[in-house]
Amino acid sequence: MELSYLALQIFNGLVSGAYYALLSLGLAIIFGMMRIVNFAHGAMYMLGAFGAYLAAKYVGLPFWWALVLAPLAVGALGMLFERSLIRRLMRLDPLYNLLLTFGLALVIEDFMKLFFGTQGTPYAIPASLTGMVNLGITGYPVYRLVVIAISTLVCLIVWIAIEKTPLGAKIRAATENPSLTQAFGIDVSLLTTLVFGFGVALAALAGVLNAPTTNVTPSMGSDIIITTFAVVVIGGMGSIKGSILTGFIVGIVAALGAVLYPPIANTLIFLLMALILLVRPSGLFGATESGAR
Amino acid sequence: MRQHIRALWFAAGAVALGLMLQLGAPSPASADNTIIIAVLNDQSKVYADLSGQGTVSAVRMAVQDYGGAVLGREVKVLSVDHQNDPALGSTKAHELYEQDHVDAIFDVPTSSVALAVAGVAAQDHKVLFVTTGGTDALTMAQCNKYTFHYGYDTYALAQNTGRLITESGGKHWYMLTANYAFGQSMLSNFTAAIKSAGGDVIHNDFVPFPNTDFSSYLINAQSMRPDVIGLMNAGDDTVNAMKQINEFGMKKRAQIGIGLLFESDIAALGSDYWSGSTITVGSYWNLDDKTRAWAARYKKRTGKMPTWVMLGNYSAVTQYLDAIARAKTDDADAVVKQLEGYHFEDVFARHAYIRAQDHLLIHDMYVAKIKPASDVKEPYDFLQIVKTIPGEQSYRPLSQSTCHL
Repeated sequence: MELSYLALQIFNGLVSGAYYALLSLGLAIIFGMMRIVNFAHGAMYMLGAFGAYLAAKYVGLPFWWALVLAPLAVGALGMLFERSLIRRLMRLDPLYNLLLTFGLALVIEDFMKLFFGTQGTPYAIPASLTGMVNLGITGYPVYRLVVIAISTLVCLIVWIAIEKTPLGAKIRAATENPSLTQAFGIDVSLLTTLVFGFGVALAALAGVLNAPTTNVTPSMGSDIIITTFAVVVIGGMGSIKGSILTGFIVGIVAALGAVLYPPIANTLIFLLMALILLVRPSGLFGATESGAR
Repeated sequence: MRQHIRALWFAAGAVALGLMLQLGAPSPASADNTIIIAVLNDQSKVYADLSGQGTVSAVRMAVQDYGGAVLGREVKVLSVDHQNDPALGSTKAHELYEQDHVDAIFDVPTSSVALAVAGVAAQDHKVLFVTTGGTDALTMAQCNKYTFHYGYDTYALAQNTGRLITESGGKHWYMLTANYAFGQSMLSNFTAAIKSAGGDVIHNDFVPFPNTDFSSYLINAQSMRPDVIGLMNAGDDTVNAMKQINEFGMKKRAQIGIGLLFESDIAALGSDYWSGSTITVGSYWNLDDKTRAWAARYKKRTGKMPTWVMLGNYSAVTQYLDAIARAKTDDADAVVKQLEGYHFEDVFARHAYIRAQDHLLIHDMYVAKIKPASDVKEPYDFLQIVKTIPGEQSYRPLSQSTCHL
């Protein structure tokens, strides 16, 4: 196997990893703060992609604006769900919220199918990014490199914001001990809503980024969410750094698996997950994380 | 917390299982003064747009056009979603035949499901018309007395598309094959057709089905410099592969051999993504005045344009009702006898007959070129028909059949 060929395949892995990382980072933030597994995360990712498509179709919104506005809109929708539904079940067993968000995902997906069918809608790569870069044996689409760059940058900023800034400190405090944090005069209730909105906005961002390279369909969320949950399990529930790194690692493993023996490409991720659960049940990065109780 | 998480996953699994088993019950059994037909297809997943509810509308249209009754008995239409799951498909088929007294089932996309349902038809002694399901196994080793394959099969696609591209210079093929019954059948038929036309398959990837990311395979394909990239898949998989083929600029370096394509697939990306490729279809709404008139009526009814398999299902139901009229009974054995060897001509099937020995519909097939968006004048005006291939040339000759009815 040529080196440049391997490099290209690793780039492909990083591109899928870019989506997994954004998705699992959002899940990890929400889980860390609220202890709920957001099953509607895939639906939010799908809504991000559709948001970009609809905005382009009806108001001619360019891709770069969609990259900002679609996640904001989906984030707002997420906050609405948090305030109106999820919050009401927070005192109960986490199972209730799992069922709620799972139901939400189904309702949202079928609602979109009602309007857009199952086969998808066209969304093209922005004209300024359609070029190719020559990487040895063949050209590589510029857009894919941009996806890697944007995702890495956003993940890095979020990680720094949570680990190093005063706002991040408040979030971490609220995660550790909500009532004590409340006693310090911090509005934990508001913080929770914002964190949930931000988590799903990250999912929507991944959706917008993926829209030009994949078929935009109502089921795209349920297709990717299963792998994302595997990423979360491998990385360790609630670990910020773990979710980012594992996202990229799983992307590369899947891409290389597809080259070495295609029929096993999808299974490989779950084999990895099973292996991790056997030898390191708390996940690759889960053990020492303060957030994990 | 660990306990909680484990419980969460179990609950998730239970919910998923519940959803899979959730069965929408069709209307209850009725007395024998009605003829009941059922559409069994994908109404919620990857093949729902290319057939799905659109086929249900086309079938209702066929019944209405026939006068809503045959032998003075009302014809009722049921429809059930099989979600591309062979187990669910065969369960539902058995329920339809036995509990709902359905006389015939139509459509059944997804080859793996179609094969499972064909087994049920044989067991229950009830009629089945597979229209959207493509595998040629339905009329080969796994053929049976009650199953008819109507509209196209993987052999006909390979004989036309595969042979034509190879003969026009696309000698070396790199195959991307959906790893289930349909893809496997496509691959073996295309490989045979390509070889007999003087070409070869230099590599094949069995891609998991369904799949959304083809980039790894495409990089691999580029490094092998094939003349043709062969897409041995359907629906969403084909759409995703084509989107990424365009993204990687591969249309400039290789021809794209698309095994099976429907108008809805083209619409999902826009014509420019597909333009230049040659495909084989069993019919097309813009073929002639007859098909255009039919499509206009379909559009008036549904607000949408039909894919060519919806027209195929319309034809299949019409021919089935006609066979009942000729047989003067809806008894399956008598109807099968009427269908076997029957020669006819309708809006879908031209120069057509149902081959008695293996129940394959032999009819004209069409080779089409996909137009660039600039040449598309109206919705779904995607194809330029370049050649009509007579049924005898398109379909497998009887001498090569392994079917023993």
